[in-house]
This record gives sequence, C-alpha cells and structure tokens, in this order.
Amino acid sequence: MTPLVDAASWILLISGAALCVIGGIGLHRMPDFYSRTHAGGLTDTLGATLILVGLALQAGLTLISVKLLMIVFLLHLTSPTATHALVKAAYSRGLEVGREGSDGIPP
Amino acid sequence: MFVFAATGVLATMLLALARAVLGPSVYDRILAVNMIGTKTMLLIAVAGFLGGRPEWLDLALLYALISFIAVLAVLRFSKYGDLGSDDQVRR
Repeated sequence: MTPLVDAASWILLISGAALCVIGGIGLHRMPDFYSRTHAGGLTDTLGATLILVGLALQAGLTLISVKLLMIVFLLHLTSPTATHALVKAAYSRGLEVGREGSDGIPP
Repeated sequence: MFVFAATGVLATMLLALARAVLGPSVYDRILAVNMIGTKTMLLIAVAGFLGGRPEWLDLALLYALISFIAVLAVLRFSKYGDLGSDDQVRR
C-alpha cells in the first residue's frame, strides 16, 4: 500500500464521514420537510460514495473493489428514486411547502 | 482511519434517530428511517474493513436493496392503504 494511495484513502474516508455528519446536522436545522429531503439525499449519495471509494482504494485491485463499485452504482440508482417517491407522496397528500410543524395531511 | 469513518457514520445515525423521534409529520420519520437504513449499510461495510473481514460487503449490498424496497413498500401502503396489485387497490 503506497503512501499516496493511503493518503488518498484517508482523505476520502474523512471527508465522506464529515459530509455525512454535516447532512445529519442539516436534517435538524432545515426549516421545512422539503428542505430536509435535500439534506438527507446529500448524505445518501455523496457521503456514501466518498466513503465507499475510499474503502475501494484500501482494498486494491481485487474482487472487493468491484463489489464496492457495484454498491456505489446501486446507491446512485436507488437513493434518488426513494427521495423522489417520498416527496411525491408527501406533495400528493397535501403537505404544504414552507410551513414548519404543520401536519397538513387531510384526514 | 476506519474508526473515524465509523464514528462519523454512527453520529449521523444518532442525528437521524433524533429526527425520527422529533419529526412533526410522518414523512419526516420515513425520511429519517431511510437515512438510518443507508447509514447502516455504510457502517456494515466500514466495520467489515475494520475487523479485517471485507466479505461483509455482501451483507451491505443485500441490506441496501432490502431497505430501498422497504421504503417504497411503506410509501405505497401509506398512499393506497393496501399492498395489493394495481387493479385491486382503491383509487
């Protein structure tokens, strides 16, 4: 494991974990539900991608890196789909944009 | 290095759990549960590397698939009141 690959792996892992924590803090500070989906999606795609690519650099050129890249590809397909389905379900049930704390779902 | 990544992911999971408890609407809670599912998958992958067992990636892949299907099933149930086929659900 050359020092360059090790340093790149360190940087990717630390920045991925920091992005995840920043997304988690944003989940609390955002004023509205629709803003919180943006904070959640940020951790799901970019934070997870950085962490998994950092792990793939650690593993070298083996089958494990191929599996990690398959997980990255799967995450990029499924995470925006789940976020979109959630926002569409919330909007079609009448959750209002820009109103904090209102459970605007009709009975 | 893996310890820092695992600690960061664990802190994110605790924050998402707090949002799942606090969230004023039910959609906040579904969002938080989706986030906890993704972070669990990451934690399995990082903990596998931490313990010297990179074979745990198969578990992470499976858990990502299952949590995605679970979130879609919860949303379908909350929209239609039923998990049945398209010609049986009430519209």
